[in-house]
Amino acid sequence: MISQFFVLSLRGDNIVFRDYRGDVPKGSAEIFFRKVKFWKEDEEEEAPPVFNLDGVNYFHVKVAGLLFVATTRVNMSPSLVLELLQRIARVIKDYLGVLNEDSLRKNFVLVYELLDEVIDFGYVQTTSTEVLKSYIFNEPIVVDAARLPPLGPASMFMQGTKRMPGTAVTKSVVANEPGGRKREEIFVDIIEKISVTFSSSGYILTSEIDGTIQMKSYLTGNPEIRLALNEDLSIGRDGRSIYDYSSSSGGGMVILDDCNFHESVHLDSFDIDRTLTLVPPDGEFPVMNYRMTQEFKPPFRINALIEEAGPFRAEVILKIRADFSSNITANTILVQLPVPTYTNRVSFELEPGAVGNTTDFREANKRIEWGLKKIVGGSEHTLRAKLTFSQEPHANIMKEAGPVSMTFTIPMYNASRLQVRYLQIAKKSKTYNPYRWVRYVTQANSYVARI
Amino acid sequence: MAPPAQFQRSTSSSQPSGKGEVSDLKMQLRQLAGSRAQGTDDSKRELFKKAISFMTVGIDVSSLFSEMVMCSATSDIVLKKMCYLYVGNYAKGNPDLSLLTINFLQKDCRDEDPMIRGLALRSLCSLRVANLVEYLVGPLGSGLKDNNCYVRTVAAIGVLKLYHISPSTCVDADFPSVLKTLMLKDPDAQVVANCLSALQEIWSLEAGTSEEASREREAFLSKPVIYYFLNRIKEFSEWAQCIVLDLVAKYIPSDNNEIFDIMNLLEDRLQHANGAVVLATIKVFLHLTLSMTDVHQQVYERIKAPLLTLVSSGSQEQSYAVLSHLHLLVMRAPMLFSSDYKHFYCQYNEPSYVKKLKLEMLTAVANESNTYEIVTELCEYAANVDVPIARESIRAVGKIALQQYDINAIVDRLLQFLEMEKDYVTAETLVLVKDLLRKYPQWSHDCIAVVGNISSKNVQEPKAKAALIWMLGEYSQDMIDAPYILESLIDNWDDEHSAEVRLHLLTSVLKCFFKRPPETQKALGAALAAGLADSHQDVHDRALLYYRVLQYNVSVAECLVNPPKQAVSVFADTQNSEIKDRIFDEFNSLSVIYQKPSYMFTDKEHQGPFEFSEELGSLSVGIESADNVSPAQRVEASDNDLLLSTSEKEESRGPSSNGSAYSAPVYDGLTASQTQLEPAFQNQALPVYSPQDGLAIDDLLGLGPPAAPAPPPLKLNARTVLDPSTFQRKWGQLSVSLSQECSISPQGTEFTASEIAEVDNGSKLQLDVYLDEPKTPFNDDINGFDVLSFWRSNWTRFLDVARMAHDVLAIPVSTVASKSSFSAGGHVIDKYLTEPVDDANDMADVVKHVLLMPKPNSERGCGPIGTPQASSWAGSNL
Repeated sequence: MISQFFVLSLRGDNIVFRDYRGDVPKGSAEIFFRKVKFWKEDEEEEAPPVFNLDGVNYFHVKVAGLLFVATTRVNMSPSLVLELLQRIARVIKDYLGVLNEDSLRKNFVLVYELLDEVIDFGYVQTTSTEVLKSYIFNEPIVVDAARLPPLGPASMFMQGTKRMPGTAVTKSVVANEPGGRKREEIFVDIIEKISVTFSSSGYILTSEIDGTIQMKSYLTGNPEIRLALNEDLSIGRDGRSIYDYSSSSGGGMVILDDCNFHESVHLDSFDIDRTLTLVPPDGEFPVMNYRMTQEFKPPFRINALIEEAGPFRAEVILKIRADFSSNITANTILVQLPVPTYTNRVSFELEPGAVGNTTDFREANKRIEWGLKKIVGGSEHTLRAKLTFSQEPHANIMKEAGPVSMTFTIPMYNASRLQVRYLQIAKKSKTYNPYRWVRYVTQANSYVARI
Repeated sequence: MAPPAQFQRSTSSSQPSGKGEVSDLKMQLRQLAGSRAQGTDDSKRELFKKAISFMTVGIDVSSLFSEMVMCSATSDIVLKKMCYLYVGNYAKGNPDLSLLTINFLQKDCRDEDPMIRGLALRSLCSLRVANLVEYLVGPLGSGLKDNNCYVRTVAAIGVLKLYHISPSTCVDADFPSVLKTLMLKDPDAQVVANCLSALQEIWSLEAGTSEEASREREAFLSKPVIYYFLNRIKEFSEWAQCIVLDLVAKYIPSDNNEIFDIMNLLEDRLQHANGAVVLATIKVFLHLTLSMTDVHQQVYERIKAPLLTLVSSGSQEQSYAVLSHLHLLVMRAPMLFSSDYKHFYCQYNEPSYVKKLKLEMLTAVANESNTYEIVTELCEYAANVDVPIARESIRAVGKIALQQYDINAIVDRLLQFLEMEKDYVTAETLVLVKDLLRKYPQWSHDCIAVVGNISSKNVQEPKAKAALIWMLGEYSQDMIDAPYILESLIDNWDDEHSAEVRLHLLTSVLKCFFKRPPETQKALGAALAAGLADSHQDVHDRALLYYRVLQYNVSVAECLVNPPKQAVSVFADTQNSEIKDRIFDEFNSLSVIYQKPSYMFTDKEHQGPFEFSEELGSLSVGIESADNVSPAQRVEASDNDLLLSTSEKEESRGPSSNGSAYSAPVYDGLTASQTQLEPAFQNQALPVYSPQDGLAIDDLLGLGPPAAPAPPPLKLNARTVLDPSTFQRKWGQLSVSLSQECSISPQGTEFTASEIAEVDNGSKLQLDVYLDEPKTPFNDDINGFDVLSFWRSNWTRFLDVARMAHDVLAIPVSTVASKSSFSAGGHVIDKYLTEPVDDANDMADVVKHVLLMPKPNSERGCGPIGTPQASSWAGSNL
């Protein structure tokens, strides 16, 4: 039973506040915010998503720079509440098109309307965008998406690729297009987050792909959809150790460790021909989540070297090689390297002719940051940095720095080779031919090279 | 707080924080109220929005109540909704004005649009005004019979709302039984789910007063009801599925076939994308198979993959919730997860709360085959920029080392840490090395070589410094510089702020003295002098004790600080198994996240439907004692004990797990003796300890069977656990243990519960016998009565009371020790055992009775210790 739900801005302002049961004092939002903000000042620790204060349990998730919070006094399932908060955020996004502080403030009446239907007296009623549609009467005030910084995994498609209609992902499920007629289209995104750890000698210590097939449907009448995946897809590595690579590297099969599905998915023919059948509900939802520890080729190779260069000085050489085909371009790359704490000055030296590179030395957390707008497949980039120390370095300078971590986004690339072979929409008539967008993207979750 | 931005823009004028804005709004609303002109609704919408935005940011707009209600006469549904929201928020504070709304709400409840009917009914029930309940019954009754499922879902919850306003009205109107019929008949799954939630809440609240309600509550767990829900489970929304699964988890099937049927039916729920559904299903599986060990194990294997998938999909917060549950399972059955250890490797961008869980899991799953890799990985974290995590990782390495796997390599790693020359790494490592040496003295040679190279100037943290000093004292024969390092530390005595360090310094320098007298003599003198002049009571007392013992008999003194030592075999577990089991029973709840059972953090009335933990709780602490506390109070008290102790543990998890608990070389033993002592005082019903228990606890805490140097001359207690020097040192450490928490001994509480219940078998208690004894007449002649000889001669009659006396009478040796025994601070015996303040009187009574006479020489430090008798007490093993 949820007592209260509220949304706070990062400054702590109440944007939406709904009390369902009246058994938690009204000042809870303020108490919560103060607690989260000053969780443990000295240790720079983040507040955990769930904590108990004076018998009140506070749950929160951070979405799009906003804090979605629920409170309760009873001992509930934490997963349920956190899952719900996340879902509420998504439902709101489905309705508003864009989820951020501005759009929420403009549409708070609509949000209250949604909240009324999602939770009644602390019990969850429905979080289906589809079902909610019939209860919602406010029209969203659409915030101009173009001005806004991109948010969420789907927004990455707005940059770099011209093939995607930019407005699609920020389209509300209820608002009408300016033209009046709704465009029939469906988006299927295969989003993969990869985690790789390289040892100091360049070996892969651990690697994992966490993928999700995300779907967003703007089809009227909710036709049935068939989604076919790789035929040789196999699930579960029965009997074998999860990290036993030797047997899985050959054959080119895609072997998932495990996966789970949205409740609308029918798996009747999944075992036979790897086809998912579903009637997509409105709004954005994950059709399938999967996890894979099969060996894959990491998209980037990182090479980092730190050498002493005289007293109080050292030189860092960072090399990045893009190990993917040259018709693919990675974007928004950021490489970070913590340097010894007694570093007080850094000067950078880029390759001649490098464009779109930024370099920075973050004094506060003693880290060098190297940003690249894009990296074309097959290319190699190098950064040299000269460090100046305030004291004599310790014997082993390598132990004082690192590891190198990297974040990036690679559109139209997927490391797992999981593919959507086809996307079939049950046709109502011959002329019915909605737009189908199947998009792939790979992002770094934790991409780390030790030095 | 700033108002929503839009209004900063649209209202041109001032900040709408004051009364001016509200009264402005009031005016405008009043103007619109009567108007029928076109476009009124739009302007009303704007004004309503404004009112609600004020409400959201916390400005009191209750003064608009009547205007809002007047304006609500409209057919515009958006306006209606805003008005309902407003009314719901302020009705409670304005019961009289709320009456105004009843009329239009009731009218709306009969609207032909089911949407309006539902909305109105929901708002009507949300008014939370007690004197309006009479208007609720009618609309609710027809709502439950409505042919639209939306209205019925609203009505089902409405009944619950009514119950919370006025239970009697709700029960009198017979709504619960209507709900029950609906629950079993309604075609709409959400209606069924709401009926279930409402009934669960109503009946568990009623259960206390009405037997019928508790019967009804039990009836949920009957086979037909459970099967009814299970068969419909796919119709339910994912959230309602969680409610149903929660119910099923409490069902006890009659035979194994039933168990397998349920599990087969629910198996596909494990592939659900919603973590809450998966966890609820796992709970069902785990609870169903508890009695079947092999199947239970298969369940673990089966749920591993779905859990890992959930951990890696979804947001950080969601994965944290799942990870906590995984953590619980890993801790329960580490060997089942030992091949999955790579999943518990930390990623650099994870928040520290996730990393901490993962480190604990890595520690737990370490075994012969994977220790090397795990430790290698942990060592990487030790160089991490995130200092708290780096510390945790070092501790984790130490814990793995104490688990006895591949110590060889680990010791090397630890020694490498020391070479890293990072202050915090060195500090953590020193504490660990000290613990390791206590367990594996055979490693001393390698460690000491490295430790000897550490300059004490680089060690600033008290715990680490204490550990270093301990090693210097303990191994002074192997460390060439030991006396000189100690000497330089003593020179800086005044700069040393931590009493703990100073205490260790005293002990170590004395140890060192016995090993290398000529080199240390000067330092010892300086240390004792400094100690005697120390402003800290404990330090002063210890210095005084050492001084006197040295004066009295040097060999006794040596015995005191350098007794034959046994390697610590097991460091005590931090959480007792009962608490762990309770947490496991509450799988898929907050208990797992907080790592404590729900009674520790929820009020009784909020423990939710079907919470059986209370009963469990009282079972485990149901003490059949002779005291006159009512059972309820007793449970309360015991709960409190647990609560206090664990919350303390929570706060101090950092320091406690880094081995601070072991920083005092011997005080494990002390805690053991206290755990024996405390429950006795606490419950007044004095337990008859069986000797095995005492030994068992000491064993657990690593003292081992007593290595008493000689058989006790007086043969008073054949089962004596403590040799004199241990005893003396325990006493010496007393205040140390009082001032810091230690990670041991939930055994203390466990002991209270089980031992006392078991032991008190109806015979007259020793304490009662003792208290019934005729009092020894008091006279002025101090020497006429020797309390010590009284106990010597009566030892056999009051075995356990005598043991208490043994402990208690030793206390007056130091004024501070007795002070800490009686002051409020002394009630925190250790972090698991806190004595309720009231019991202090009981304890004082016992002691007074024992002593029977005031102490004439109450001058500090000049108690019985001044007399040879007291010293021989300490030296002669009583």
